Formats: sequence, C-alpha cells, structure tokens
Amino acid sequence: MNRALLIAIQCSVAVIIILVWHVVSTTHVLGDPSTISFFFSTPAAVGSQIWDWVSGGTIWYHLWITLWESALAFVIGALGGILIGFWFALRPRLALVFDPYIKGANALPRVVLAPIFTLWFGLGIWSKVALGFTLVFFIVFFNVYQGVREVDRTVLSNARMLGMNDRQLLRHVYLPSALSWVFSSLHTSIGFAVVGAVVGEYLGSAAGLGYLIQQAEGMFDVAGVFAGMFVLAAFVILIDWGVTLVERRLLVWRPPSPGERQ
Amino acid sequence: MESREEPEPSRIGTSGTADSSSAIAISDASIEFTVAGKRIFKAVEKADLTVEAGEFVAIVGPTGCGKSTLLNAAAGLVRPARGTVHIFGKPLSGLNMQSGYLFQQDALMPWKTALENVAIGLEIAGTPRSAARDEARGWLARVGLAAFGERYPHMLSGGQRKRVALAQVLIRDPSIILMDEPFGPLDAQTRQIMGDLLLKLWSQNRKAVLFVTHDLEEAISLSDRVVIMSAGPAARIIGNFPIPLMRPRDIGEIKLEADFQRIHRDIWHMLKSEVMKAYSDMPAGETA
Repeated sequence: MNRALLIAIQCSVAVIIILVWHVVSTTHVLGDPSTISFFFSTPAAVGSQIWDWVSGGTIWYHLWITLWESALAFVIGALGGILIGFWFALRPRLALVFDPYIKGANALPRVVLAPIFTLWFGLGIWSKVALGFTLVFFIVFFNVYQGVREVDRTVLSNARMLGMNDRQLLRHVYLPSALSWVFSSLHTSIGFAVVGAVVGEYLGSAAGLGYLIQQAEGMFDVAGVFAGMFVLAAFVILIDWGVTLVERRLLVWRPPSPGERQ
Repeated sequence: MESREEPEPSRIGTSGTADSSSAIAISDASIEFTVAGKRIFKAVEKADLTVEAGEFVAIVGPTGCGKSTLLNAAAGLVRPARGTVHIFGKPLSGLNMQSGYLFQQDALMPWKTALENVAIGLEIAGTPRSAARDEARGWLARVGLAAFGERYPHMLSGGQRKRVALAQVLIRDPSIILMDEPFGPLDAQTRQIMGDLLLKLWSQNRKAVLFVTHDLEEAISLSDRVVIMSAGPAARIIGNFPIPLMRPRDIGEIKLEADFQRIHRDIWHMLKSEVMKAYSDMPAGETA
C-alpha cells in the first residue's frame, strides 16, 4: 500500500466515524437526538469547543504544563531506572534481596499513590511528575536489568579478549546493550509518562489536560470532555511520532525486525 | 620443514618440549565443567600441546570434542582443573592478553560500525581516536573492505563480518592468534577465500596460530602441523602430524596436489582408526 493511499484511507476512517456520530446525535435515526447529544455531545459542539481553546489560546498553556510534567517524569524516571537497573544487574546479590520489594512496588496500582504524592509534593507539577516517575522508572529499570544480563556472551568474551577493563566493558558493551532495550521500550515509557501526568492532573491540580477534562466533567460539559480527549489523543500521536524519529536516529545499527519492514 | 617423509604420529599426545620459547605450552591439562551445579563433565583429559612462535597449528576433531575448550584454556577463558598453561614461558593467569581470538559466532559489537569495531582494540589501549581510526582504515583495506567502514555489522554479509573480525584481532598485533572454527559458518567458496586471505596476512608477519576446525582439508591446507583430538567427553590428543607442504600455498590449488592427497589419506587413515579406538576405549553409554 503506498503512503498517500494509506493516509487517504486513514482520514476516511475519521470522516466516517464523525459522520455517523453527527447523524446519530442530530437526527432521529437512533432515537431522541437531545438525549444522545447529552451523553455523546455532537461533533460540531466538540469542534467548536476545541476551536475556542485554540483560538482563545487557553489550550497552549495546559498542553505546555502536561508536556513539561511528562518530560520531567520521563527524564527522571529513565535516569533512575538506568542507574538502579545497572546497579542491580551488576550486583546479583543486591537484586536477589530487593527482588520481592521491586515486584511488590511495581504491582501497586499507581492511582492509590496520587493522594500521597499530592500530600507530599502539593498541587503543583511535582506530584504529577512523581506519579509519572513511578510508571516510567519500572519500565526502564526492568529493560536495563534485562539488557545488561542478556548481553551477548560472545560479544562480551570478544571485548574482554580485545583487552577491555571493567570500565571499558561498561561503556562499550553493557551500556549500549542496555540502552538498546531502553530505546525499544521508549514508546511505552513515554506513553506512561503522559498517563502519569494526566491522571495526576485529573485527580487534583489547577492546570493541564487532565485538569481541563476534569473541569468539564464536573460541569456535565460532555463536549468539553470529548474535546479534551481529542486534544490529548492528538498530543500523544505527535509525541509518538517524535519518538519514532528519535528511535530511527539512535538505533541505526539495529537490523530491522521483519515486522518493521515496509 | 625437512624432507617430505611419511607423516608419522610422532609421540602421540605431545609435540616437543615446553621450553620458554614456545608461544603456547599446555601440559597435562584436564578441563572439567560442572553441569547443573554438581555433575562433573570432563571435556579434555591430560592434553599436552605446544605451539612454537611463528608456527601454524590446527586442532582437528569430531564436532563436540574438547578442541574449543582447549583453545579457550590457551586464551585464559577457562582454567584447567589440572595441568598448566604457559605463554612464552610464563604461567598464564587471567586472560591471555598476548593473544587475539577469532570467534566462531558473530562477536562484533553490533552498535559500532565496521571501522569503530576494528579501531576499538587500539582505542581502549590508549591510542588517540584519529590515529586508531587511520590504522583501522588500513586494516579494512587489507581485508578488502575499504569501502565498508561506515557499515554496521548487520549490513555486512557473513564473510564480510568475518573479515572485519579478522582485522579487529590483527590490528592489535598479538603474538598469538587463536581461532575457533572461524570460517565454520561460511559457505565453501567464502571459506577458501578467507583461508587464502588468512595465509596472506599471516605470511607477512608470522605469529603463532592455534586454529580449531573439524575440517581436515582446511587444517592441512593452512597449517604447519595438525593435531588430532578424540571424540569427547574426556577428549584426548591422539595424533600429531607435521605438514611438509611448501609455502606460499594456494588453498584452491593445493588440494589437487599429490602430496596433499597423500597426507590427507594418511592422516585420515590414522584419524579414523584412532577415533574408532577412542570410541571403543570409552565406557559404554558415553559414546556420543
């Protein structure tokens, strides 16, 4: 399938969904349109709400806050995951001792931590960053841990025979191997950074996309909720696209997996 | 090399005395592995092996015998349970840093380009990056890959990766080159080309080479001496044949020569009976 055709089909999917939504919420095909539009709003109302946000400029501030929180959560979480992941992978005894605690902490639903973070870090951005951190950290941690432990034995022996000392092995073998695992989980971990930020905002804040959605919900403004969701979806798609570009740049050395080939 | 006499299995299991001039001197080495934490698997038993400086020695044996294990003992990657390993007269402790090792599997760092892979051995030893890269370019040209320096290993063919690995080992100018069935994964034509390339590079600057293979033809056409190992477990060295063929050799041509075929026939005759004997010596159930 060529690219133009693919994009055309992708766009027509959106057109059809919006068309069906429009017909159902404004005509009598499936019942009283005023009831349906109360629950599902209408494309026109959602569109005009998004337009208001964009033209009035309010949305940029909220987007900026969410982006900033996600970025901080990702960077701090990834750094923490890489450091601790390396430390544990190179100290198997330490990993053994902390194994149940790591697993337990990772199994905890993060939403229950939100009130505690709000208590600790206040209603500003840091409680959201903390929530995102708890999600990103574990993904990166497990990937680094695995990446270090599953370094190719032959590559490692070869590097040793070439005369590398422990520090050089870390720099030329363990780190690239671990980072390749981190990069391959980049989509997941950045997605979770956004989830952490938005959920945190939703549960208590004064700015951000989660706050917008929560405010609209509080006033039974269904159009506002849908508008917030659409903006959020577009935001995530844009970030994901950016990640793909970064990934292509950083992982040039990796053979394309069969699924990735066009 | 002296006259072309019948190759004799001279003093089975040994190959001269281990004096300080020998590049590698393994004596009375037994190598064991613990499997599943308890059972002891004896890979090599009472092996004596000497490689002189500048000598090309091939170890031949059935697949799965301890020949790679013996090579790893010379590299310091495994430690014999009994016996000693001396490198240029000094007992080996830790890794053998005077040797370069060419692995059977892909051992290049996939995240480095061909050029970076070749240069890394010098860079980690303290050579400035630009000087190391210049030297690496020269080595890539010598193995016929001058135009492929910027490629990552996955963009190269198996034979090209092997060339890069060869350059990666040789750039460090090791006194000993250890090779573990290096051309095993390659097709027949590429093996021959790689064999010629190896001999060409080796003849320019003769190092001690210990070359493991299961291919007797390859062993004879490359080496000065062929050492035969029995089938494992508890593999032993059961034959030791000098190869009095003239150098320089052409791997493709030499196989057609009468001398080559005679040597091949004689060794194969010995090898076959020795392998049979090795099998029959083993307690029942241990024959693989």
